[in-house]
Parts: sequence; structure tokens; C-alpha cells
Amino acid sequence: MNGIEIKNVTKTFGDTLALNEVSLKFDPHKIYGLLGRNGAGKSTLLNIITNRLFADSGDITIDGLASVENDQAQNKVYLMSEKNLYPGSMSCKEAFKWSQSFYPNFDIDYALNIARLFGLDPKKKIRALSTGYSSIFKIVIALSVNTPYVLFDEPVLGLDANHRELFYKLLIEKYSENTFTAIISTHLIDEISTLLESVMIIKNGEILVNAACETLLSKGYSVTGTTTHVDDFIQDKDVIGIDTLGGLKTATLIGDLDKNNLPEGLEITSLDLQKLFIKLTNEE
Amino acid sequence: MHINFEDERPIFIQIAEGIEDAILTGAFSESSQIPSITELSVSYKINPATALKGISILVDDGIIFKKRGVGMFVAPGAVSKLRNKRKELFFDHYIKKLIEEAKKLGISNAEILRMVERGYKE
Repeated sequence: MNGIEIKNVTKTFGDTLALNEVSLKFDPHKIYGLLGRNGAGKSTLLNIITNRLFADSGDITIDGLASVENDQAQNKVYLMSEKNLYPGSMSCKEAFKWSQSFYPNFDIDYALNIARLFGLDPKKKIRALSTGYSSIFKIVIALSVNTPYVLFDEPVLGLDANHRELFYKLLIEKYSENTFTAIISTHLIDEISTLLESVMIIKNGEILVNAACETLLSKGYSVTGTTTHVDDFIQDKDVIGIDTLGGLKTATLIGDLDKNNLPEGLEITSLDLQKLFIKLTNEE
Repeated sequence: MHINFEDERPIFIQIAEGIEDAILTGAFSESSQIPSITELSVSYKINPATALKGISILVDDGIIFKKRGVGMFVAPGAVSKLRNKRKELFFDHYIKKLIEEAKKLGISNAEILRMVERGYKE
């Protein structure tokens, strides 16, 4: 059984239900977007997969191996998290070497090479790195570990536009040369949507959407027109959002659209992932 | 080649059309090599599966052919094949839209024809 399989995972922090019976599967060799608003449960899920947190109930397997306290399973996964787990007194280069002792496929030459592209000085001590460079340091490690599964939790935090662009390009290059599974949790949806094959949206600890990116986008659309026209059109449809501006009404819908059978006076626009995300995760 | 992420059409279709345009304008000439899937994915920041899907359309249409271990090339005769295909789509893509907009603005058939004649002269 290949992939990361999550079955009925529940996690609570005190009275807060962080994950509620979550079940999903990450297939090998794909780029996933794990999306959700702040506090939705994204980081909790990634931390449970990598044993940094433990679930109250439920099971996770990695390529068929139980994930909990199982080195064989954990060696297949790397999590780039917000937290820095390296000693601050270590230099970046020392940290690369250290990483190699845990992850035998860690490519130090590649790490030094991309560190140079980002302008990261490998001699610099980890504690002396700015927020942006601290993210870059972690990105360099994540792109160099060569584990079959790499989990990115907010990878571009504090990065400027140029460095974000560089990260996306290196990620694609790496992925197309030697495919692995990337699971990326991010708030910058617009920037990353074209990279993703599949999207998982978490809302209040539950999986709201689990679909191929293209399928999801092809099903979301909005209609604009006069209030009466729009109201007629949306009667029997799955509406996820309404905006009005004077006598003009825009409804956001999910479903298959029959393009050949559109009423007069309505304008149809497609949605991008970010707009769809906002509509789906808005609290009423 | 320009990919418009705001466009309603799927990105793989735009990739295919972008390469078609480059072939029609001569930027990629017949029998010449085109960028690899990795190069396309990296430069447009798209998933390689998306780029591959776009290229596959062109391979199926006989516009592009693959040489194993070497790369992808523009097929001989691709330009005339593309011209014929694009002419068929011209009515759907341009004329229908033109008439739709003209109706909205109350422009008559005769007025459109006069505009077309003017356009050709300019």
C-alpha cells in the first residue's frame, strides 16, 4: 500500500477539537495543497503524521507502515515546520551535514548550491538568521533531504517575492527530475495554485474538499446579473456565496454548468482557487 | 508565449495553444526542438502533469513528435496543419463573439461588414 493514509484521526487540545475523524489519502508522486484558514487544523495534521504530536484516536500509515514511533515509516517523511529544531549555535553548513546523518539521501552539494541561489551564507549561525532567511534555511533542507514525502508547513513565511518565485521553480525542477510527494500548506493560494495537482481544504478540523485541482476549478463559477435573473437561475443549485451591489447580484456556485443552456442576461465567470477557497471557508 | 492564469480556459489548453502560436509565427520552426516538460513547467510555474497534458494534445494531433531520449520536435507539415485547424476554429472563437457583442451594442450586420472592410484597409 503506497501513500500516506489517514484514517479517522481525532485530536483535541483541552476543550478544542482540532481534528474531527479526519480520513484522507495522499498518493505518491503528486503535489498536494493543504489549505485552510488559521486554526483549521493543517499544522496539527502535519505534526501528527510526523510524530511531533499524537492523535487521540485513529491510524496513519506511511507506505503501509504504522506511523507512530516507527523509524522505518518516519524516515520516509520530512516535515519543514515553522519551528526550528536545529541548535541555534550551529552553522547552516553544519546543519546540512547533521541532516545527512538522519537522512542518508540528503544531498549536501545540492543544498550548498541552492543556498547560494538564495543568497544564504552557509557559514552563518542559525540563530543569526532573519525570519526570511530562517525560512530559506529550512526550504534548502526540505528540498535536499530526498525523502519520498516532503511536508511543507507555511514554507514561504517572510520570503520576498523573488525568493518565493525561486522556491516554486526549484520545487518544480526537483519534482520533475526526481518525483516525490509534496504536501504544501500555505495561505498564498494564488501563487501556488498552478503547481498543485490536488487540493485538500480543512475547515474546523474536518475535510471540506478533497479533489483534483482541475476538477475543483472546473466546477466553481459565478453568475452575475439582475437580482431576479440570478435568483431564478440559482434556485436548484449549490450556492456557496452571494454578493450584491445595488441591483446587481453575483452568486458563486459549485456544480456542472450547462454552457449551451444559459438564460439571457447572465454573465458567467470562472473562479480561481483563491476565490473558491474564500467562499468555501467563510464563516456565515 | 503567454499564459494568462485569469483565463477561464484550463492551463493545459493554453500551453498547447501557446506552442501552436509559436509554431505559426515561426518562433519554433518545423523539425526544430521545443522546450522540455521540465523547462516548460519551471518557466510557467506549473505542475509538470499539466505541461505534459498540453503537449500530449499536440502529439496526438501530429504537431509535435517525441524522439526517445532526445526531446520533442515540431513535426514537418505542422504549420499547414495548424492553419487548417485554426481556420475551422475561427468562426467559433471570433465571429460568434463578435456578433454577440455587436448585438449587445445594437450594431447591425451591414455596419459590421463596413467595419471589417475598414479594418482590412487600415
